[in-house]
Amino acid sequence: MLHGFLPSLLQGAVVTLSLALSAMALAMLLGLMGALAKLSKFRTARRAAQVYTTLIRGVPDLVLMLLLFFGGQVAVNAIALQLGYEDPVDMDPYVTGVLVIGFIFGAYLTEAFRGAFLAVPPGQREAGLAFGMTPWQIARRITLPQMLRHALPGLSNNWLVLIKSTAIVSVIGLSDLMTRGQQAAGTTREPFSFYLAVAAFYLAFTSLSELMFSWLQRRLAIGVRAGNL
Amino acid sequence: MFDFQAIQDNLPLYLDGAWTTLQLLLVSLVLGLLLAVPLAVLRSLRGSWVSRAVWCYTYVFRGTPMLVQLFLIYYGLAQFDAVRESFAWPWLSSAWFCACLTFVLNTAAYTTEIIAGSIRALPHGEIEAAKAMGMSRAVMFRRIVLPSALRRSLPAYSNEAIFMLHGTALASIVTIMDLTGAARTVNATSYIPFEAFITAGVFYFLMTMTLVGLFHKAEAKWLKPLMPR
Repeated sequence: MLHGFLPSLLQGAVVTLSLALSAMALAMLLGLMGALAKLSKFRTARRAAQVYTTLIRGVPDLVLMLLLFFGGQVAVNAIALQLGYEDPVDMDPYVTGVLVIGFIFGAYLTEAFRGAFLAVPPGQREAGLAFGMTPWQIARRITLPQMLRHALPGLSNNWLVLIKSTAIVSVIGLSDLMTRGQQAAGTTREPFSFYLAVAAFYLAFTSLSELMFSWLQRRLAIGVRAGNL
Repeated sequence: MFDFQAIQDNLPLYLDGAWTTLQLLLVSLVLGLLLAVPLAVLRSLRGSWVSRAVWCYTYVFRGTPMLVQLFLIYYGLAQFDAVRESFAWPWLSSAWFCACLTFVLNTAAYTTEIIAGSIRALPHGEIEAAKAMGMSRAVMFRRIVLPSALRRSLPAYSNEAIFMLHGTALASIVTIMDLTGAARTVNATSYIPFEAFITAGVFYFLMTMTLVGLFHKAEAKWLKPLMPR
């Protein structure tokens, strides 16, 4: 049915998945930092985080990606020339994709993590302090494990949006699922079949993710008493 | 450093692009909402096969990237001779029509779930009161359920509208000269990536902020009875 293009699509799917996972890791790191900055007592940090989240959420991901891909190329080459490299350097679409998507979703996760931090009762942190724990120990043993449960709905939503966003990286030429589909569609002149197959792959990814997140949510909610409505 | 002259020279291109983006946004939001309201009503009929059918539609459209949907409609449909010979071909071969169709179907899927969620979360007292007044189902939906659910959907819908604004950037991939298309043209002709894409980003940012402002106004007007006093 797929004229022998299945292995190619599978390879593309692996690229998409690995891009999405790397971007998510970066986004979680940035999101945690952003949330800490927003809740910090330093006004500069709060301001910087506010500017970051507002700016990123105001501009389409495609524009940010084209900006970093084409602009980054110019900037990197200018720096390379300053350092004495004569050969032109190319931006790697994979790295660009991870950076841009990680950066964008870092802004969204900042809000998710901020809410989750606030959802952990302050008494928990104070109890840790009273035990003489260091701030790092409090974060690792008390705050982070508890906030994970509150952050999970936000994390799962953003992950689902993120994995779909990776499709736009095909625009800058990464050999991901979307690009493989385009190539196969062009070669066989059966665009509908191949874009449908690509859609099926994405649908499988999102469906599986949803199943995993709902399992995780149930696991993390063990021992939480639900209000009886 | 920042080449303002080049941007000034290309300002008409950007303004045309901004107008195209705005048209795409308006068409998709208005038609999407018109489609979503009846679908949400059908979706809220619990346990019926209609509800499940609507769920299938929203599940597929929410689970796959909009870019794939766009390619499936714009490039994919041409695979079938029946489509190419049909009366709809003049429309289905136009990038504008296909982009609008994709955006409408996509945003309608998300909006349907938002409104259906609000209908489901309606305080049961409101429905009880409507029934106690002897309203028929149709009257109840028209007078009680929809006005209340649409108001409550407003905060989530404002997010969807902003996502849609950013989503219209995908139109530039199928050769439409929207804001992103204008930026890509400027970059391709003058090779000034920073100026070209940052200008587009500023335009998008201003549009996003306007949209946020409008939704704040709408919430102040229609959500006031639900606000804590």
